[in-house]
Amino acid sequence: MGKTTTSAAISAGLAKRGLKTVVIDFDVGLRNLDLIMGCERRVVFDFINVIQGDAKLKQALIRDKRLDNLWVLPTSQTRDKDALSREGVEKVLDELKKEFDYIVCDSPAGIEKGAQLAMYFADEAIVVTNPEVSSVRDSDRVLGLLNSRTRRAEQSGQEPVKAHALLTRYDTGRVARGEMMTVEDVLEILAIPLLGVIPESPAVLRASNVGTPIVLDEPSKAGAAYEDAVARLVGEQVEIRIEPNERPGFFQRLFKRTA
Amino acid sequence: MSIFGFQFRPKKAATAQTAKERLQILLAHERADTAAQDIMPLLQRDILEVIRRHMRIDGDAVDIRMERDDDRSSLEINIELPGARALSAQVRR
Repeated sequence: MGKTTTSAAISAGLAKRGLKTVVIDFDVGLRNLDLIMGCERRVVFDFINVIQGDAKLKQALIRDKRLDNLWVLPTSQTRDKDALSREGVEKVLDELKKEFDYIVCDSPAGIEKGAQLAMYFADEAIVVTNPEVSSVRDSDRVLGLLNSRTRRAEQSGQEPVKAHALLTRYDTGRVARGEMMTVEDVLEILAIPLLGVIPESPAVLRASNVGTPIVLDEPSKAGAAYEDAVARLVGEQVEIRIEPNERPGFFQRLFKRTA
Repeated sequence: MSIFGFQFRPKKAATAQTAKERLQILLAHERADTAAQDIMPLLQRDILEVIRRHMRIDGDAVDIRMERDDDRSSLEINIELPGARALSAQVRR
């Protein structure tokens, strides 16, 4: 679905705008955010060490080498999700809130403890969806949890968590041929505002190969779409652009026609 | 494809190779010392204990950084001493 790619892109996009941002990996035992952010060789202490009191928060935070106001809080590769506790997470988030403009929580897949804790204290949520039946169904389930199993949902008098949909791996060619659900189809089902549409792009794999958030890598349509999404997230009015995929070359088109 | 020495498709930087190398380094470390993550808090505790035998330091004043590389990893431990000026004066004497 691209939750980690998206967390990396959104947090780097926020930091690029001068907002002090930290991105936290909630996928305990299957840590990957560090790899996508390119800081995997600098992990010493992690989120779980901090929660369990084995390290101070500032020891576990890794400063990005490209952007001064971007920090990564990696998770543990050796523990499992039971090492997370609601109180521990709350304490860490409260401490981070004092220093950071944005705290991006990269949720694991599924709806178990890691995902529940990643969403529990959220003010806003970005639901990353592919235009694919199982993905949309899962997103609907997650939206249900955002409306019931979060602090905002449990405390009376609070606004609910503000949820946005982000469509990734969108392929205009396949949409045109009727092989893929359209943005409108997905939004009609999920009934939440759209934060952005990220086109299917080879640039995403390229960026993860080298450990660079896509918005900091070579210019690409996917990177530009993420930057637009970040602009909308901070409240700017940016028209939704749905970019076609890279056009196939002349020969490819020629062969396709004759085939 | 190359005909008559001309490169038809300019070769782009091969990022797949970078990906493979990054993974090899990372996994070599992870497979070798699965428990390494949990050694760090213990190592920190022990180092602090030794230093505390001789001087008073704050648990907050410790900064541990690690840099893993292909052939060598380095562990950097910075301990901020209280009243550093006074202490260094003592040392010089």
